[in-house]
Amino acid sequence: MSLLLFTALVAGGSFSAGLLGALTGLGGGIVIVPMLTLLFGVDLRYAIGASLVSVIATSSGAAAAYVKEGYTNVRVGMLLEIATTLGALGGAYLAGRIGTNVIAIIFGVVLLYSAYRSTKPLAEHVSTENADPLAIKLRLNSTYPTPNGLESYAVQAVPAGFGLMAVAGVLSGLLGIGSGALKVLAMDQLMHLPFKVSTTTSNFMIGVTAAASAGIYLARGYVDPALALPVMLGVLAGALTGARVLAGANTKVLRRIFAGVVVVLASEMLYKGFRGGV
Amino acid sequence: MTSPTERRGRWSDDDVDQLLGNLLRIGVIVATIVGVIGGTLYIAHHGLERVDLRVFRGEPVELRHVGSIARGALTLHADAIIQLGLVLLIATPVARVAMSLVAFVLQRDRVYIVVTSIVLALLLFSLAGGIPG
Repeated sequence: MSLLLFTALVAGGSFSAGLLGALTGLGGGIVIVPMLTLLFGVDLRYAIGASLVSVIATSSGAAAAYVKEGYTNVRVGMLLEIATTLGALGGAYLAGRIGTNVIAIIFGVVLLYSAYRSTKPLAEHVSTENADPLAIKLRLNSTYPTPNGLESYAVQAVPAGFGLMAVAGVLSGLLGIGSGALKVLAMDQLMHLPFKVSTTTSNFMIGVTAAASAGIYLARGYVDPALALPVMLGVLAGALTGARVLAGANTKVLRRIFAGVVVVLASEMLYKGFRGGV
Repeated sequence: MTSPTERRGRWSDDDVDQLLGNLLRIGVIVATIVGVIGGTLYIAHHGLERVDLRVFRGEPVELRHVGSIARGALTLHADAIIQLGLVLLIATPVARVAMSLVAFVLQRDRVYIVVTSIVLALLLFSLAGGIPG
């Protein structure tokens, strides 16, 4: 394939991934690696490098809009970033040590989990009572805007949330994804942050987490300019378009379709991983 | 968002949020512009050549480190210009953490000066190439 055609196809595919990712809330990053390896035959390491760069672009692009709305809890984000960046450094280190077939299998499992998660919405738990003394000590409790004005919330289970975020960081560094699903899980379900706060805070953290492993990927030669640029521009344009049309879209049907696509990609990744063809 | 009691010094958390939002936007825009310039040059030179990324060879050494990427971009090597755009993108969240650190220093928030310094140190360690291997 000529470079020109390759660039156009990769950019188009990445645009669709970014668009669907934004419309369904699953994030486009998660389908980039399977798309590049399964459809375009790109080596897993180049795919992971390109995907990670695109994750930074979408996270920063969206965060620019989010932080102005005032939902992000910067203290929670910064504290948990210690866990995610440490995890990401560990994950990026592991990525160079373990075989690509093992990475493909882990990727398949994470894809399946994300598909499952996207069809089973979680309940929101917001507490106003302080159960975790660490949250008070670290001044994590805050307020967020609701239709009834500012409401306060108390952050729970700080150590458990910190631990799960370290795992999210490892997966991000190992697979070149944002691990948004796991981050939101830690913040919603364990730490009891309101949805709007956990989504924006998690997005705010994704770029920092990805930057932690991107440096290592760059030094290892995983970031190919001719691949990473069209992927990054495509996903970013798709995600920004998705955010614009979000209001009028029927996301329930889209979610199911996208979850279906993710399951197919997951099976392919698992098959390739077990067969050893990655 | 924070309650008024958390406001210390001249900088409120709101001001910081605004500034961080702008920083992220500018970072992404600049990285995109540099990347597109490099990409256009690259396609003009290599557009009809065959691409094969099936086998992992790793990028050439001069596209792996910030210093050599910058030198390559200054001598107008298209692939190095793209890579510079990507490095600027990777640097955007790092700059955001650095600015958060400045904000926490201005707010005299000791705990978060320490927390943010740890995060920044980990990021700079990675950008410097991290653990070899």
